[in-house]
Amino acid sequence: MTNVLLQYATVLVLSAFVGTEIISKVPSILHTPLMSGSNAIHGVILVGAMLILGAANTNLEEVLGFLACILATLNVVGGFVVTDRMLEMFKGRKPKAPAKSDEVAP
Amino acid sequence: MSRETLIDLIYLFSATTFVLALKGLGSPKHARRGNMLAAFGMLVAVVATFFKFVDGHALHHVGLILLAMFIGTVVAVPVARFVKMTAMPQLVAIFNGVGGGAASLVSITEFIHIKSTHPATYVVLEVLLGVLIGTVSFAGSAIAFAKLQELMTGRPVTYPGQQIINALIGVVALALIVTILVSGSTVLLWTLLGVAFILGVAFVLPIGGADVPVLISLLNAFTGLAVAASGFTLGSNLLIVAGILVGASGILLTRLMSKAMGRSLSNVLFSAFGSNITASAGGGVEGRTVRSGTPEDVGVLLSYASKVVIIPGYGLAVAQGQHVLRELAEVLEAKGIKVFYAIHPVAGRMPGHMNVLLAEANVPYEDLIEMDEANSELQTADVALVVGANDTVNPAAAEPGSPIYGMPIIHADLAENVVFMKRSMRPGFAGIDNELLYNPKTILVFGDAKDTLTKLVAVVKAS
Repeated sequence: MTNVLLQYATVLVLSAFVGTEIISKVPSILHTPLMSGSNAIHGVILVGAMLILGAANTNLEEVLGFLACILATLNVVGGFVVTDRMLEMFKGRKPKAPAKSDEVAP
Repeated sequence: MSRETLIDLIYLFSATTFVLALKGLGSPKHARRGNMLAAFGMLVAVVATFFKFVDGHALHHVGLILLAMFIGTVVAVPVARFVKMTAMPQLVAIFNGVGGGAASLVSITEFIHIKSTHPATYVVLEVLLGVLIGTVSFAGSAIAFAKLQELMTGRPVTYPGQQIINALIGVVALALIVTILVSGSTVLLWTLLGVAFILGVAFVLPIGGADVPVLISLLNAFTGLAVAASGFTLGSNLLIVAGILVGASGILLTRLMSKAMGRSLSNVLFSAFGSNITASAGGGVEGRTVRSGTPEDVGVLLSYASKVVIIPGYGLAVAQGQHVLRELAEVLEAKGIKVFYAIHPVAGRMPGHMNVLLAEANVPYEDLIEMDEANSELQTADVALVVGANDTVNPAAAEPGSPIYGMPIIHADLAENVVFMKRSMRPGFAGIDNELLYNPKTILVFGDAKDTLTKLVAVVKAS
């Protein structure tokens, strides 16, 4: 086990705690956008796909890397656009005078 | 500051935006801004990556990378913008699946790239986990898509010895991983890819259509974990943070969802729920009387109510009746009648799906109430209007032995009158008969939900 690996493991453990902590209070009405939004975030694999294709030496690597880049772009772009489209629709009662508080009307 | 340090700092910024985005999604007010922030963070990370050095040189094949991004964007944007809101679960399944596929490909390619340098065992293990989890997510999402899109039956697909066969496939995958760790064979890596694909398909087949949303959430978490595994292989903190964030929050979300259905996650995944449609479900209908009414009857009933609770279900969305429903609610409210929309956590095809569908029809979210509040409002309601819902109001959930036993339901029968709009006497998604239909309080209105609602609006306006 190297120090680098240990550092990555630290990042992993802390991220896991952050991940569970920040969504534990999400109301059920936002479950679908949350799923869709986090779906877009794992599209960050695009960065990995770019590095792979950018380092490719053989034809096989090029083909696989190219494919990975396309799939990852679909994930990122599609994910964010769909989530935005969903969230765009969550509007309050009076669009003209935006509600000043988070309180749900009685 | 060196170029690499700067890029790492930018990645840190991006990772922060992802955390803030997930946090923002916790309230309707900040959700959209949160999503945009994450999109911005992603854009910054991608741009920064173009300036990164790999193996001591600047990125090769920049043209190919841009071409791939162009193709991906040109396909994704129209699909994401124009697919109907009712098809949202399928869409999320697809975008999740391609992410899993990408993670798997990244891991494979990295393995091929570094194989000649005889990488350490733990590096190979990371690669193999990335391939296994990513491919399971890809194949599973594809089947989930096919089920939701009705390209195949939404019923659980079962065969004798299924659990044992699935367990065996899992064992083969693990054995392959161990063998590759020892031998470093590329041929076996491709075999693992194939086995992982079969595992993904076999894992999803026995899961019924009603449970697919929970499954998608789980596969979403899987893809996150596969991305994190790729992050380990590539030595990228950004990929590890983002992947684990999604993995951890996805697993928690999956548990929240199965809890909303009153079942454990293992029950959702392994019980082939809904496969035993009882023959009596059809037989019970005959010989029992239901009370049916016309839209005119119901319109008058509604006009003289003082509180109406609407219980919408997926059938409403299928009939594209959300807009007319909102119109009806507005007409009723104009008469001084209190109107609430009671939203069951799993109404629609995904948790929160119904909220999205109603939001699309400009229903203010303040009017949407959750199940517990709905059940207390229903006690003093004059009319419970069930539109296109079925299983979520089925009292059978209280009977031990019923397939939906234990699922919390909206108790429509607490209201003075129950109006049940239904296309036919066919049972709902879970495939079981609904006692509520035979309740003396219940008036059934047969027909297309949108047509019926349109007639109701006219009647209420006139009376």
